Amino acid sequence: MDHLLALVVAVPLIAAAAITAAGPLLGDRRRILDALAIAVAASVAVMLAVIMVRTAGGDEVYWFAGFRPARGIAIGIDFDAGSLSTGLACLAAVLVTAAMTFSWRYFERVATYYHTLMLTFLAGMAGFCLTGDIFDMFVWFELMGVSAYALTAYRPEERGPIQGALNFAITNSVGAYLTVCGIGLIYGRTGALNMAQIGTYIGHHRPGGLVTVAFLLIISGFLIKSAIVPFHFWLADAHAVAPTPVCVLFSGVMVELGLYAIARVYWSMFGQALGHRAAISHVFLTLGVLTAVVGALFCFRERHIKRLLAFSTISHAGMFLAGIALFTPLGLAGAAVYVAGHGLVKAALFLCTGIVLHRLGSVNETWLHGRGRQLRATGIVFTLAAFGLADLPPFATFLGKGYIDESAWAHGLPWVMGVFIACSVLVGGAVFRVAGGVFYGLGDPPTEDARMAEMAAEETSETESDKGRTPLTMIIPPAVLVTCAAGIALIPQLGPVVQAAAIRFQDQAGYNATVLGGAHILHPVAIATAESAEVTLSDVLTGVGSVIGALVLAFLALYWRRLPLLRRGYEPGAGLTAPIQRFQSGVINDYVTWIVLGLAAIGGALALVIR
Amino acid sequence: MQYFPFVVVAWILAVGLYGIVTSRHLVHLIMCLIVVQSSTYVLLLGVGYVTGAVAPYYFDITVHTPAVDPVVQALALTDVVVEAAVTSLLLAFAIQAHKRFGTLDPQELASLKG
Repeated sequence: MDHLLALVVAVPLIAAAAITAAGPLLGDRRRILDALAIAVAASVAVMLAVIMVRTAGGDEVYWFAGFRPARGIAIGIDFDAGSLSTGLACLAAVLVTAAMTFSWRYFERVATYYHTLMLTFLAGMAGFCLTGDIFDMFVWFELMGVSAYALTAYRPEERGPIQGALNFAITNSVGAYLTVCGIGLIYGRTGALNMAQIGTYIGHHRPGGLVTVAFLLIISGFLIKSAIVPFHFWLADAHAVAPTPVCVLFSGVMVELGLYAIARVYWSMFGQALGHRAAISHVFLTLGVLTAVVGALFCFRERHIKRLLAFSTISHAGMFLAGIALFTPLGLAGAAVYVAGHGLVKAALFLCTGIVLHRLGSVNETWLHGRGRQLRATGIVFTLAAFGLADLPPFATFLGKGYIDESAWAHGLPWVMGVFIACSVLVGGAVFRVAGGVFYGLGDPPTEDARMAEMAAEETSETESDKGRTPLTMIIPPAVLVTCAAGIALIPQLGPVVQAAAIRFQDQAGYNATVLGGAHILHPVAIATAESAEVTLSDVLTGVGSVIGALVLAFLALYWRRLPLLRRGYEPGAGLTAPIQRFQSGVINDYVTWIVLGLAAIGGALALVIR
Repeated sequence: MQYFPFVVVAWILAVGLYGIVTSRHLVHLIMCLIVVQSSTYVLLLGVGYVTGAVAPYYFDITVHTPAVDPVVQALALTDVVVEAAVTSLLLAFAIQAHKRFGTLDPQELASLKG
């Protein structure tokens, strides 16, 4: 029995404690701590990559302190490593490594607690992915939550970070407590906390209303974390104000963890018991599509680059949820590949925005117009990442979206593809507009929006000295991440391998047997047949077409004043501003009201379909 | 099966959420968040309660004596620890908000300029 799975969380937690203890002793030699933190994050990434490769043939289960299940009853607490869960944790570790490397020169004077918080955040994310115990899932959720709240308010002397952190912490805590209520109910029904054990129990008994209520309560916390409309309000507030390297983790992986948890909970515990697959699928599909559209529209009208990227994350979270909600192996595999590709390119975009903030001291697209010409390398990386975000082949984002489209098409939902193309065009168009305007000075600066300019002005540089040139430690991480995003799509046989992992992930009986009985399930293809995961010419044409659409949209956004047809036309987005600002008010009371209303609506919908 | 504890849970949860939605003071709002969390303690303890059973200390009682479920108590204790961490962090934010901006009203805080 090897302990690699336990080390994945033990190493960063011990390192975090050691750094806290050693910080005051080292005084000015803080570079030692920087290097240690980066090394720890990188070693966790390597460990997770090793486990991911090892679990390609079947899940691995680790029982802490050797408390294995006796006669099919779980006594101890386990980590269950499958390819998908380990892959997501590995993405988190890679992004933490990149963010820490970027921070080497980014902060003027980095406090010791920055490293500590980043490492506990990493441990929380990794534990959250791997755990096989529902209550531990809540504990990891809170560990990563508390680290994230504190990181958001890293600069507590400004208004934005405090307010963003408060909104973030309160909305997510309400969600976490609802999750605990659900866990309490399901424990009362089954007497178990191990997810496989619960799944086995409720799968073999007649489901009652209690199981449905518990399901809704458990996923409510995860829906809030993954910023699904109408729970998405906190995300833009928090992303806009957190330090840029932290935004990388928020957008790149934390939001996706919420969706992962919904999938994990559904396919390890509730899938068999709830039944009504088609109806539940439609509820989640509706939520996903709604989120994708709302996020894309907000994204396009934004002028604050970090908020723009945050809204694009909301839009993508909707697309991932739609992919998961298809309840097909190819849909889940597509979502997994899409999450990986999106995490890498979104991280690169945030890091490039961080460089812009470092060098030019602003994130206001209007003000920055044309001023980014001197940042040539940053401009190139940003533009490449923008192509990745617009799903250009051969980026992994293209592949993931293509799989979801194919699966939706095969299951009689061709309109999903239309929605995805529209969202890609809007989000891609917004990012291309930023790239063209800021780094190449194309067209006219977008119109100044007083409120947005004000918010952007709050975002000041987190560094003071050495602004003459971009340090290598800042430009290399985004460049590497973009290369990875294109590189993983070129791995041969990626589609079938990920799809096999997705089939295993969706096989509840197989999962339960693996955890409780120590079975080693290799290819449980009985529950679902693999679909064709080939990239056809029409996929490539659709991908290229949507990128061209995004480029045209960006061109129109930049040049509309000079085009005779549009000159006297409607100012894009101006009329929408007032009602939208009323929704995105920044007042925590409103956000919690939306949470209550949204949960009531989703609960009502679920109650109607599961009878 | 007694339903009364669960009615209490729903009541506490609803009261706490109502408090968060209507609160105009951050400290009050954070207290309401604690109220929301308190509902989870009642729920957990209610789930594990066995009428007529003793506390789960098998020190001076026989092994077959019925006892209340010790697992939920451990869960509630973990829950308390989590709450302590979150609440202290939130109160620290509230102190910062008051120090820097002189207000604890979330609506005023949202409309503040820079």
